[in-house]
Amino acid sequence: MSMTFRELWTSVHGMIFGALFLLAFAGGLAGLYSMRPELLTAEGIAERVKRVKLGTGLMAVVAWVTVITGTYIIYPWYRAPAPEGLADLAAYPRSFLKADPAIAGWHSFGMEWKEHVAWLAPILATVVFYIVLKYGTQLAENRQMRNATMVIYMLAFASAAIAGLFGALITKAAPVM
Amino acid sequence: MTTLQATEQKVKTAVQEQAHVFTGAAAAAFIGSGIGVFVMGFLTTLSEASSGIANLLNWIKAAGPLSGKTGVSVIVWIVSWLILNNAWKGQDYDLKKAFTITLVLIGLGFLLTFPPFFVLFAAE
Repeated sequence: MSMTFRELWTSVHGMIFGALFLLAFAGGLAGLYSMRPELLTAEGIAERVKRVKLGTGLMAVVAWVTVITGTYIIYPWYRAPAPEGLADLAAYPRSFLKADPAIAGWHSFGMEWKEHVAWLAPILATVVFYIVLKYGTQLAENRQMRNATMVIYMLAFASAAIAGLFGALITKAAPVM
Repeated sequence: MTTLQATEQKVKTAVQEQAHVFTGAAAAAFIGSGIGVFVMGFLTTLSEASSGIANLLNWIKAAGPLSGKTGVSVIVWIVSWLILNNAWKGQDYDLKKAFTITLVLIGLGFLLTFPPFFVLFAAE
């Protein structure tokens, strides 16, 4: 049982950061949803804001770290061109996928969407964190702002989920080794 | 109005202003994020349509044009957010309108990053 350096990075990118992202999202969303004057006392709202700041802040940071490591560490290994005439393309995932029409869709659809849509997550998550930092307990009183923030937060999660799902499936079809 | 009454009025107004939640900064943040997402989608489709644009966006060779697409998107997002925030902070802005604009921009951004859509514009 062993892992190469590249497999280790791929696991950290997808599983460690992915798990942290999911954890932070769940905590942040539950906190935002329950931040209502009819459900909590003033002290309760103030305490909840601290947790929401932690959840949304962690999600934003993890989203940035994930896309930056993905784009500048793992993606170059994935897209490295195979030497001309090489028969075994297993070490060159993009070339490996494109060479076989039966699995080429994992690159032409899966990777092409994943590499772009993933970058929407940190932008949207950062804005949610900013709104929570700036408005804090005032989010409890302004339902319109709270709901809008929750929708943006869920869109950040959706874009990361698409990227994460395709990342896992592409790694299964053509792992970075 | 006596001096006392005027002072009381000033204090009352100050308290009301302090309690009021100005929505301009939130609107600027929402729309700024929509602009960033839209630009990401726009550049994805544009670099598919033009190899010249793709080459221009190839900032870091190892990551290819993705480095430029993401770099430009992040820069445009931050700059647009700063400009809008500067214009609207300390003011009210219709949040419903801001949110609608944001959702339209995000929707377009998602669509423009969707491969079956952007390959329609692929260079021959």
